[in-house]
Amino acid sequence: MAILEVQNIEKKFDHTSVLKDVSFSLEEGSALAIIGSSGSGKTTLLRCLNFLERPDGGKIIVKGETLFDSEVKGKERESEQRRKRLHFGMVFQSFNLFPQYTALENVMLAEKMLAAEQSDYKANKKEILAGIEKHGMELLDQMGLAERMYHYPHQLSGGQQQRVAIARALALHPDILCFDEPTSALDPELTGEVLKVIRSLADQKTTMIIVTHEMAFARDVADNIIFMDGGVIVEQGPARDVIEHPKEERTKQFLSRYTNG
Amino acid sequence: MFWSVTQSLLSGLWTTFELFIFTLAFSLPIGLLIALATLSKFKPLSSLMQVLVWIIRGTPLMLQLIVIFYGPGLWLEQNIWSGDEKGRITAAVVAFTINYACYFSVIFRGGIEGVPAGQREAGQVLGMTKTQIFFRITLLQMVKRVVPPMSNEIITLVKDTALARVIAAQELTFAGYSFMKSDGITWPLFYTGVFYLAFVGLLTLLFNRLERKLSYFR
Repeated sequence: MAILEVQNIEKKFDHTSVLKDVSFSLEEGSALAIIGSSGSGKTTLLRCLNFLERPDGGKIIVKGETLFDSEVKGKERESEQRRKRLHFGMVFQSFNLFPQYTALENVMLAEKMLAAEQSDYKANKKEILAGIEKHGMELLDQMGLAERMYHYPHQLSGGQQQRVAIARALALHPDILCFDEPTSALDPELTGEVLKVIRSLADQKTTMIIVTHEMAFARDVADNIIFMDGGVIVEQGPARDVIEHPKEERTKQFLSRYTNG
Repeated sequence: MFWSVTQSLLSGLWTTFELFIFTLAFSLPIGLLIALATLSKFKPLSSLMQVLVWIIRGTPLMLQLIVIFYGPGLWLEQNIWSGDEKGRITAAVVAFTINYACYFSVIFRGGIEGVPAGQREAGQVLGMTKTQIFFRITLLQMVKRVVPPMSNEIITLVKDTALARVIAAQELTFAGYSFMKSDGITWPLFYTGVFYLAFVGLLTLLFNRLERKLSYFR
């Protein structure tokens, strides 16, 4: 069974339709790349999955649980919304690290907040916090940032900041990790180190959705690719097929700009 | 003469300091609440706050001071302030607090809005509550942003306390002025400037220190 089912998502901003009848599914342990030109709705789709935007129509189902259904009206309790959010992790284009915290503190913050709400927190405070710190250090180590744990974001390069952001998103063990153009704000020479980390996550069978402009990367790392244009999914299929043998005219046109450019 | 004047001015300075510190202690949190209320999605509350800020910023502080001090006695026929120095200082603190809370709220609102939306969104996707996001993420970044404009307002407050003289609170300027009436000498009034300068000088040092303390992040 698919870990994620997205059914007929619609999203309008004022009167402009940004997402029209978007449906796809994602298997556990697979990586999905979403490609398309700016304004095609890729980022909005990710933001809908992370509840940063509320879709106007459709359903989002994770592990068989309906997280969002536009038919169900009424406001949700904040705690309920938070619980649903935690199925997804999000890595932003502009990193969005918290500037006042060190790399390690950035990674630990949310986990600490959640731990403080556990009933046994007071009794085992020391052990719990030590556990969180150990976990945070391991994650940063895994990102190749063991030496940079106590640095503040402004003391890190863009590539390092983005790797901290990835560690931060992983800290809460999301079912699905989303990347919104993770290398678009980076200099070309820093892109590689971030892509390498994402590639290793794919090798470890992390379930991922990656919005990207790196076509070669999408082809090599993703299992499947979705090509979006004008708010609709124009083409989807196995990564190599979509990139090397696109069926739709619009996909061909889009890809030709990358191969000839 | 010089020492007796200095002594009298020092006691005035103490009152000035009381006015300053109590006003600051109350108007900072109230200003933050007004800022949050102005940013509230609940329109009636937000509009009410905007009207309040308009009235307070649109009328002279001296007028507000007079309304707060004499108003209850005049219109409610019940003076809520005790007739002694304590009552006058309390009334002045209330008037200053309302006034400064409104000015601070505008600065705080700018500071909060200046924190990029991506910061709140990053907190949201990490499952943090609105309260956690405000206190753990937004607040300190806002504080860093507002230190320079706040230092301006707070320094202005030091000198605005001199307005409490109109309701006969015996602060520094009142003390200096009283020598003109009792002894016919003017230099004590000019001498008060030295005390204000020292007060503001100290504050400037404190603000510089705060700015340096917050410079560990960007």
